[in-house]
Amino acid sequence: MKGKDMGAPLLAARGLRLAFGGVKAADGIDLDVMPGEFLAIIGPNGAGKTTFINMATGYLRPQAGSIAYDGHSILGLAPRAIVRRGIARSFQLPQLFTEHTVLENAALAIAARTGLWSPLARLLRPGIRAEAMALLDRFGLGPLAGVRADALNEGARKLADIAMAVALQPRLLLMDEPTSGVATAEKMTVVETLVRVLRQAGVTAVFVEHDMEVVARFADRVAVWSQGRILALGPPEQVLADPVVRREVIGIEAGSGHA
Amino acid sequence: MNRLVEPLLALAATALLVLAAWAVPWLKFVLTIALAKGLAVLGILLLLRAGQVSFGHSMFMALGAYTVAFLAPQVPEALLLLPLAVLFSAVAGLLIGLFVVRYRDIFFSMLNLALCMVFYSVLEKFYAITKGTDGIRVTPITIAGQEPGRETQEWLIFGLALVLAVGSGLLVRAYLASPMGRALAGIKTRETRLEFIGVPARRVLLFAYVLSAVMGGCGGALLAMTTRHVTPLLSYWTASGELVFILILGGAGSALGPFLGAAAYELVRVYAAALVADAWQMILGGVLLAVILFAPQGLWGIVAGRLRGRA
Ligand SMILES: Nc1ncnc2c1ncn2[C@@H]1O[C@H](COP(=O)(O)OP(=O)(O)O)[C@@H](O)[C@H]1O
Ligand SMILES: [Mg+2]
Repeated sequence: MKGKDMGAPLLAARGLRLAFGGVKAADGIDLDVMPGEFLAIIGPNGAGKTTFINMATGYLRPQAGSIAYDGHSILGLAPRAIVRRGIARSFQLPQLFTEHTVLENAALAIAARTGLWSPLARLLRPGIRAEAMALLDRFGLGPLAGVRADALNEGARKLADIAMAVALQPRLLLMDEPTSGVATAEKMTVVETLVRVLRQAGVTAVFVEHDMEVVARFADRVAVWSQGRILALGPPEQVLADPVVRREVIGIEAGSGHA
Repeated sequence: MNRLVEPLLALAATALLVLAAWAVPWLKFVLTIALAKGLAVLGILLLLRAGQVSFGHSMFMALGAYTVAFLAPQVPEALLLLPLAVLFSAVAGLLIGLFVVRYRDIFFSMLNLALCMVFYSVLEKFYAITKGTDGIRVTPITIAGQEPGRETQEWLIFGLALVLAVGSGLLVRAYLASPMGRALAGIKTRETRLEFIGVPARRVLLFAYVLSAVMGGCGGALLAMTTRHVTPLLSYWTASGELVFILILGGAGSALGPFLGAAAYELVRVYAAALVADAWQMILGGVLLAVILFAPQGLWGIVAGRLRGRA
């Protein structure tokens, strides 16, 4: 997919602004996400990365600017209306139904997509159960299917959270720090699995990522966030070599974890 | 636990109730009341699955009861009055639900309580229509066209209550295991995630609310047919408290809990009142305290624990 720059963007953000009190979490964000690409968002904590995802999924409404998906404005739509159009997201802090099993979490997302309003059919009927198990297996979560979500470790919770978003069969998937909390030893395997699943499904992905190795290996383009603005945007080999980016973004992260 | 265990237990409990009602005739009345209240409590259980406690559900019970009392002169047939009570409580549940499902936790509880008290004062104040605190006597009704004697009539209403209780229990069980029921439980732990998988959480809660209102209305209609007299006290806040009390007593872990709790509650009440006429509330309070301290999952929790221990 590298170097893909033709055609209409799947997601087009223009001039997004949102301030919390004096903090400008978005200070004029312009970004096109092209169909099929994997776009990484990097940048220090507090730069406004999560805020961008929140605006694109209808959780926060920008004070100015516009967001179009597939050529239509999605500004002001509720999260669930945006989901139905094909944008799903996962969360920096996993948002699972803690008293449900992992299997039920996945099954509920599948049912939400295929038809929720049947008060007498079982959630875990064979069709949904099979699809949910297949999904969990692809994420390596099969053995944990019967475990309650609040009993999972951080890494598994993260994966289950992403699996729920994938279960919705989105065209665009926004992932907020998918690898934070995943043990360093498993990180590459987890990302490889994830990327394989998404490429197979032809999903366009935007992911916030702190690990530059992951970014360099899997992103088609990188957007560098800083204080509510996009500092740089381009292919990873170019952006990650940029001295300003190295000093202002990566330098901070290498020096002190990430502040 | 095996999926058949609860239906089998329900079957056994039904047989036991029939046996008890047959062996001790005056128990029939007490047990019918218990089943009627159990129905309303089952409605509260639904909402509790979403983490919400309604402290006003007796308003739907009162609505069902007054529907019967008002319409009995024009429609003196139990099998018509019940659907009418269902209809009215469904409409009321929808209208009130549209408002209260916007709120959560203590606000949800207190709004229900407030509306329940409003309904109480309406019943109490409009004497010309409701006969105020005197209440309304329920005129004689037929059951399936029959006008049986008193004894047979009691059996028929008891049977009707049993059928409705078992039917609702099975319905609730299926519903709670359905996508909608599991989404309802999701409201308790991660309501925002529901929205992000495309589920309108409020509508999910509204459906449960209407269902719970219908069960309250059904219970109230049965209550009116059994006691033959309705008063505004049905919608007094203590009546709502009583329903929540029964749920805690019986346990919310199964659709059997409400009926277990209601039977225990009514029996303790009758026997305690007979033993120590002016201290029965104290005995009930003691029982509830014991349940909360030693069996926080209620009577059903004790039963389920026994079953698990055996399996
Ligand atoms: N709901 C909110 N209310 C107030 N301030 C917020 C809110 N969300 C984000 N912020 C602030 O906006 C800035 C950007 O936050 P965020 O988008 O979470 O950053 P990032 O994800 O890049 O770490 C931070 O200073 C944060 O404190
Ligand atoms: Mg963030």
